[in-house]
Amino acid sequence: MASQLLRRFLGRRSSQVSSLSDLRTFSSVSTPIRATLFPGDGIGPEIADSVKQVFSAAEVPIEWEEHYVGDTIDPRTQSFLTWESLESVRRNGVGLKGPMATPIGKGHRSLNLTLRKELNLYANVRPCYSLPGYKTRYDNVDLITIRENTEGEYSGLEHQVVRGVVESLKIITRQASLRVAEYAFHYAKTHGRERVSAIHKANIMQKTDGLFLKCCREVAEKYPEITYEEVVIDNCCMMLVKNPALFDVLVMPNLYGDIISDLCAGLVGGLGLTPSCNIGEGGIALAEAVHGSAPDIAGKNLANPTALLLSAVTMLRHLELNDKAEQIQNAILNTVAEGKYRTADLGGSSSTSDFTKAICDHL
Amino acid sequence: MASQLLRRFLGRRSSQVSSLSDLRTFSSVSTPIRATLFPGDGIGPEIADSVKQVFSAAEVPIEWEEHYVGDTIDPRTQSFLTWESLESVRRNGVGLKGPMATPIGKDLITIRENTEGEYSGLEHQVVRGVVESLKIITRQASLRVAEYAFHYAKTHGRERVSAIHKANIMQKTDGLFLKCCREVAEKYPEITYEEVVIDNCCMMLVKNPALFDVLVMPNLYGDIISDLCAGLVGGLGLTPSCNIGEGGIALAEAVHGSAPDIAGKNLANPTALLLSAVTMLRHLELNDKAEQIQNAILNTVAEGKYRTADLGGSSSTSDFTKAICDHL
Repeated sequence: MASQLLRRFLGRRSSQVSSLSDLRTFSSVSTPIRATLFPGDGIGPEIADSVKQVFSAAEVPIEWEEHYVGDTIDPRTQSFLTWESLESVRRNGVGLKGPMATPIGKGHRSLNLTLRKELNLYANVRPCYSLPGYKTRYDNVDLITIRENTEGEYSGLEHQVVRGVVESLKIITRQASLRVAEYAFHYAKTHGRERVSAIHKANIMQKTDGLFLKCCREVAEKYPEITYEEVVIDNCCMMLVKNPALFDVLVMPNLYGDIISDLCAGLVGGLGLTPSCNIGEGGIALAEAVHGSAPDIAGKNLANPTALLLSAVTMLRHLELNDKAEQIQNAILNTVAEGKYRTADLGGSSSTSDFTKAICDHL
Repeated sequence: MASQLLRRFLGRRSSQVSSLSDLRTFSSVSTPIRATLFPGDGIGPEIADSVKQVFSAAEVPIEWEEHYVGDTIDPRTQSFLTWESLESVRRNGVGLKGPMATPIGKDLITIRENTEGEYSGLEHQVVRGVVESLKIITRQASLRVAEYAFHYAKTHGRERVSAIHKANIMQKTDGLFLKCCREVAEKYPEITYEEVVIDNCCMMLVKNPALFDVLVMPNLYGDIISDLCAGLVGGLGLTPSCNIGEGGIALAEAVHGSAPDIAGKNLANPTALLLSAVTMLRHLELNDKAEQIQNAILNTVAEGKYRTADLGGSSSTSDFTKAICDHL
């Protein structure tokens, strides 16, 4: 089967331990860096356009390679995503993805699942910070959630034991836990963060979450300059809603990560403003907007491109183009803070293009 | 753990689905109702005293039967909780437990399935470096908690019940839970039923908790959401809770800790235990007394004149308690 061949191929590729010295070296600033772009569905193309505009205005040395989701299933991937699309990301090592709606039906994998499995995207990273000028009940949020994205409660292994009794398997492996912990501490170090908190329920799930914690502790020892702590998931949620400033970098298994990252998005204003980046073996980074494709406003020049723009910024940081990243991020924050140009979802009346132009002007 | 033993004990009482016609009839108002009281550790005895004072001042027809956690293991229970303690709860049918139904966040109720799900305690190593944990969902337990949630909503005049889940990913387990909720929902057409994915739910809660009314969920999500809600209203120090067992047993409890550092110093805030005792009264259908005491508590806190240290004031436990009694 083509997919089995794929899987073996990928397995061999990533059978090395993901040490971050594996990170491919990207081209120097003079040669443009090629990045794959999946505009996605619905409002995807419009907000992707915003990104291209802003990057162009900021003279970011990136050359986009656009790919679209097909309308027929590619047998090599068992998905609407073609083999060429996936190869493009593997080759370039970075990508940006707009919202993709998986068509309803059976016989194919969800698009997000395809990307995750084929590119071995093991960590989902979401920086969450309060946007100055966009008021929520919390104005001091400045944290990063790092979620293990391949196993845990989402292993998809469920079965009926007898009629009326169903079980679901949560799998935790040393390999996956070490891998995400390594990334979390490396991220903390390279971004000047001081503390990493592992979120768990090991008092109840002693073996599974216990193994996760064990792996985090092992990695923590290699980073003595970074404070390491362990927080039970329910306490963590309580602390987050009372005082999010207590947290810095959070690392968690799959389900808790899902919950906490959405909770934190809620603290700063919702998925429409939240950047996200998926890290894969061998240093692949696929940044993405995690909001939906909003088909009801598609094509009407109403969409808010902030999430995709901020995700593109995380992609720049991954590429270590930090000056450009800062420049663009500040332009976005200043535009929002100024309040003059705001899209409808933030309570304003600007169009996507006006908002984008305002950001370019702020560069 | 004593609490786990209590929970298993409450569950084993009857294997029938908890139909609410099983609820024992409690004594009439003239004969006092006996209720088991576990004052608990640390600040437990002081705040239990508060409860006794307030109930006495309000002339609540309850006679307390106090039990303490022992300092040796009772071989019959394999716990520091004695067989007599457990028998007492079984016999009386109601109890109140200090630190050793459901936290109320803003104006919402969370109802958490408390016997299975992710907390079934079934874990094992598959091979070195690979561990698995079993999450079990059964039709019986899911129906039971859903029945309770809808019954609660109906008897407390609530309009909406939201089932919290991740059935898009955990299709069979959370799917079964939802199926059971839907079955029960059909029997309560006057109550709106909806299903909300757990991560959306958390996001909505931190943005606008008023969106929710009654939430019902499997074990782990319940653990997370109930603490999240507690955080939204200011923490566990104010949060009442009540555990429901088969056959109509109710064990109300304060879910905060025993705070050993302030134990015996007349500093503790008895609000959580008092509000838990109020949920116990509602369970006993002593609604007038419940209202009276709850209003006294809320008015005292709202007035702001007497507040314990954790709420930013400087009143002692006894002063705060006396203020509540005065408000009755």
